[in-house]
Amino acid sequence: MSDLLLKIRGLKIEGRSDETWNPIINGIDVDLKKGEVLGMIGESGAGKSTVGLAAMGYTRDGVRISEGSVEFDGVDLVKASAAVKRALLGKRIAYVAQSAAASFNPAHKLIDQHTEGPVQHGVSSRGESELDGIELYRRLRLPNPEEIGFRYPHQVSGGQLQRAMTAMAMACRPDLIIFDEPTTALDVTTQIEVLASIRDIVEQFDTAAIYITHDLAVVAQMADKIKVLLKGDEVEEADTRTMLTAPTEDYTKSLWAVRSFERPAKPAINVNATPVVSVRNVTAAYGTVDVLHDVSFDIHAGRTVAVVGESGSGKSTAARCITGLLPPRIGHIEFDGQQLPLSYKQRDKSQLRQAQMIYQMADTALNPRKSIGETIGRPVEFYMGLKGREKRKRVEELLAEIELEPTEYFNRLPSELSGGQKQRIGIARALAAEPQFIICDEVTSALDQLVAEGILRLLAKLQDELGLSYMFITHDLATVRSIADEVVVMKDGEVVEQGPKKEMFKPPHHAYTDLLLSSVPEMDPDWLTNLLQERGVDNIGDAAVDKM
Amino acid sequence: MAGLLGIILQRLLLGIATLFAVSIIIFVAVNALPGDFAQSILGQGATPEAVEAIRNQLGLNESPPTRYFKWLLGAVQGDLGIPMSQALFQSFTGSSTGGDVVTVFDQIIPRLKNTMFLAGVSAAISVPLAVTLGILTALYRNTAFDKAMNVSTLSAISSPEFFLAYILILFLAVLNPVFPSLSNIFPGMEFSDRLNKTMLPALTLTLAVTAQMMRMTRAAIINLLASPYIEMARLKGLSPMRVIVKHALPNALAPIITVVALNLAYLVTGVVVVEVVFVYPGIGQLFVDSVKIRDIPVVQACCLIFAAVYILLNLTADVLSIISNPRLRHPK
Amino acid sequence: MNALVWILGGLLVILAIAWVFRFAAQKATDNKPYFRDMPLSVAFGYVFAAAALLLSIWYFFQPKAVDGVPSAGVIFFRWAVIGLLGFAAAAWVFRTVFRNVGSENSKKLFRSMPLTAAFGVMIIIIYAIVSIFAGLIAPYGQEEILGAANVVAGGDPAIGGNPEYPLGTDQIGRDILSRLIYGAQNTVGIAFVTTCLAFFLGGTLGFLAAVLGGWLDQLLSRMVDALMAIPSLIFSLLLMTIATAWAGSEAWLVTIYMIFIIAVIDSTRVFRLSRAVGQSIVVMDYIEAAKLRGEGMGYLIFREILPNALAPLLAEFGLRFCFVFLTIASLSFLGVGIQPPKADWGTMVRDLSPFINYASFAPNAAVTPLLAAGAIALLTVAVNFVVDWMLHKSSGLKE
Repeated sequence: MSDLLLKIRGLKIEGRSDETWNPIINGIDVDLKKGEVLGMIGESGAGKSTVGLAAMGYTRDGVRISEGSVEFDGVDLVKASAAVKRALLGKRIAYVAQSAAASFNPAHKLIDQHTEGPVQHGVSSRGESELDGIELYRRLRLPNPEEIGFRYPHQVSGGQLQRAMTAMAMACRPDLIIFDEPTTALDVTTQIEVLASIRDIVEQFDTAAIYITHDLAVVAQMADKIKVLLKGDEVEEADTRTMLTAPTEDYTKSLWAVRSFERPAKPAINVNATPVVSVRNVTAAYGTVDVLHDVSFDIHAGRTVAVVGESGSGKSTAARCITGLLPPRIGHIEFDGQQLPLSYKQRDKSQLRQAQMIYQMADTALNPRKSIGETIGRPVEFYMGLKGREKRKRVEELLAEIELEPTEYFNRLPSELSGGQKQRIGIARALAAEPQFIICDEVTSALDQLVAEGILRLLAKLQDELGLSYMFITHDLATVRSIADEVVVMKDGEVVEQGPKKEMFKPPHHAYTDLLLSSVPEMDPDWLTNLLQERGVDNIGDAAVDKM
Repeated sequence: MAGLLGIILQRLLLGIATLFAVSIIIFVAVNALPGDFAQSILGQGATPEAVEAIRNQLGLNESPPTRYFKWLLGAVQGDLGIPMSQALFQSFTGSSTGGDVVTVFDQIIPRLKNTMFLAGVSAAISVPLAVTLGILTALYRNTAFDKAMNVSTLSAISSPEFFLAYILILFLAVLNPVFPSLSNIFPGMEFSDRLNKTMLPALTLTLAVTAQMMRMTRAAIINLLASPYIEMARLKGLSPMRVIVKHALPNALAPIITVVALNLAYLVTGVVVVEVVFVYPGIGQLFVDSVKIRDIPVVQACCLIFAAVYILLNLTADVLSIISNPRLRHPK
Repeated sequence: MNALVWILGGLLVILAIAWVFRFAAQKATDNKPYFRDMPLSVAFGYVFAAAALLLSIWYFFQPKAVDGVPSAGVIFFRWAVIGLLGFAAAAWVFRTVFRNVGSENSKKLFRSMPLTAAFGVMIIIIYAIVSIFAGLIAPYGQEEILGAANVVAGGDPAIGGNPEYPLGTDQIGRDILSRLIYGAQNTVGIAFVTTCLAFFLGGTLGFLAAVLGGWLDQLLSRMVDALMAIPSLIFSLLLMTIATAWAGSEAWLVTIYMIFIIAVIDSTRVFRLSRAVGQSIVVMDYIEAAKLRGEGMGYLIFREILPNALAPLLAEFGLRFCFVFLTIASLSFLGVGIQPPKADWGTMVRDLSPFINYASFAPNAAVTPLLAAGAIALLTVAVNFVVDWMLHKSSGLKE
């Protein structure tokens, strides 16, 4: 067993809340050989980041290792003194954090932070490590490798920072790197570049790594073997291909199955029918800067239109124009063929009632001081004029509709619900107005995959039952594939391409749609390799490189 | 750098505008006196001649806007008018151009210097003390040391200045005569003697200000230590000292500077009560005395000076924290 | 200079003991991680604290008088220690009682309460009772001039006391205990009314500015900026000058004016906070949802925003109360606040302050001005303890 680099045995970790220690991790084993990459996946709260940090012998404030050992190259990091750990950290074990923007010190230049480790650990001189840093930047395909290190963190874009942080982790040529969700905060097209760079450099230097993520497709590209965690317990571990093709545990199988949800295609739209919502040549501005340019699209009865784009593409702004929060500068919105007043303030109650909204962050979408009954009851009372027992009956109907036990949830506060349940309450509040049309703004992006799938199925069921129309704003193409009827692709405030889903997922595409589609990671472990070959390694994601 | 200079210039202009607004507020407030203040000072029994003389002396026969601009223009040039007591005296003796007129300016300047000295001494003690203690409590937070400091600083903040002052007098002047309890300082005093007599008021102010400053420093540092880049620095295997000096301190500068300047501004208020307790001949005492005898020109002038110092310190805090912010120093 | 050398030497000795202590502990515990990784500064802290504790205990048991001359230092030290321990013990008993008596919710509250907060709650309750029932509790009237002036506190005739006046009488023969009790009513009552007024004013305008935004927000915010640029004590002194001129010989009018002046000045701080709190709530999606539903302004403010703003506003109320209370006390101390003959703590401190010079030979006489000043400090300390705990709790819940 001499080639075992990291050996974790019976690791138990506790966290403090209200002066008592509660278990977070209930006994986990990890074996990692030199040069091996372990993918660690799990939903939020599974404890994967905590394990990642514990593999470095580090715990955050209010967290402690209660039992077990973390042996790195024969040294037990749990028992080792602070000085012994310091000599290993940064030099032989390095860390890449989720948010590079927050993890780089804003007061120092990138290269100064890069060389700090090697110089302090006595690995190389300042001059040597500076040259080495530039070489690493080049290998990680950062633009202007000679110059970029001499910038301050806030002068560099997120995807580039993430690569610079990988370079910094590499500075001492460590034996082990912990990657803690390094691409989660990035757009898909940027994610590809970072993934490719990380994979290459880890391979080149034969570094062992623990790659922590919630995204299966990403981990499939990076890891030799995969460990699945659930609420502080290990579910199973196997090598990547076995895990992807033949998972043994039910939980793992259900995770895999999420991606197979897809609604049957609907018949073609009757071209003569009046669309429920019609966005006509809308140009809108924040202050004096136009953020939407001549945007037009239709949403028909009983249909789901997915509006896709990366952050800053103007998809949420389009929604604000439809709701009237941001009156368009040019153009207008039609509802059932009738032109709507531009600002929501001029719209009457029935116009407001017809278009409802579901938000991304269920936490901020529900008033924390109002019970579920009050939250859903308000639109029932406000629009339908129901009071007392009738109101309560309607609210309970709605709760049943969103698959929550009415009597149990009626008096609860939002803080007593899980993320998915909160999102369901948001849906019920929209349904309470009995609208024809609902805007879903990234409703699943803050949720774990299994929960998100539940929400998507619920929305699909409601559409079938009530004939609702959805405008579905998302950046996630997997979601588009499962729920959309029509797709609108946006970039920089313009509609790049639109049409029925099956046409959109078939070539030929607009170049940007193509980039967007091909950047979505797939469950195939060879996907990244193949994609890079297709694109030609040197110009991957050209369209996105200079996106700051 | 143009952006940075622009921002600083903008803040300076804002400061001047604020000072201007403050001068209007003070002027309007003073002119809200019932009737006019010649009448209200002299009382109902005054002869019309006396009232008229005072009015002339103080220029009260002119319209309020004219008087305001005259006052403002004078204030900018260092002419703050003459104190009511002088005006009264002159109106009775009949001479409007007496040989040795003591103007408000003459009255205020030596006292302002004394106050500056007092504030300087307390700042010299309290700033290093507060910053050190603040950093220490942040580093050793939630320990017995931190909790003890928390209780004692909260108590110090909560106590009125005169309570602290009398406690200090009791222990350092009456029971153990270390420092004198009366600060009768005068021009031409030796520095050590002057320092000795200023010590008790300075210590009182130190107690009041240090607590607040320390708590704010602690909060700023704790906030900073929780940031991901500090965790990153630890995970790079850097020594605790280096994490503090190299990674925490450069970013802590801005909040600490703000804290210090804000508390120095607070000194301005605290100085009034403390000067009265110790009979320290500073501007605070002059102000309180003038308030009691309703010597409007002096009150008005003192108020303007206090406000100016206050605005200046806040402005300094603002500008320094802008300068120490790397995002603004190195724009994209 | 000599004292400095002694202090430095003492610190060095403590440092040396600290090193020995750590070394011994490492050996004795077989290098337990706690002692192995202990910085010298922490060891120094432990030894220093132990030394300070020993010194205090030694000093506490020094004789109260040497050769018939009272050692005032020892006496004051004993009073301070006994007072501190007494309050701590009372707070502990208070907390223990309410952990077992009362409703389920209040029991739970007291169980999570640190001793400092329990102390604060206890003091606030006592002050409230005293100020409401001052007329029933006080043995004499606040303006009543009794036979004997300058009676020393303590009620011991041997040193000039009188058991009828347990805390003595002042220079013109008014009972100090009664005046302290009435002072609670006057000072605390007026401060409370002022704070409520400031909150009503600042809170209403602040929320309006946050919800409406636009020119109203701009106008109010700029006005508040200008008002806040004048240090508040200075500004209130200036306005009090004018107020006394308006009031003329009507002393009670001065008090009324003072309430309004301080309320207005303090409402600027309330405005800032409620505007900031309001703005942080207004950007929430649930407010947007309510707006898009077509809800009116009243519903938005009272049903959506206010319930979420209550916790920070309550904490701010405590802090503002302390601030107002201290401002009033300072004004009275400077002679322009609450007007005599009404009993008030600030004025009492000023009137009684000459007694402090007798401290070295008559400790009982010197204590009276400190009692009035201490009464002020005690309440503000109590409120601050409670607020500190509330803020700590609400920030802890967010994490």
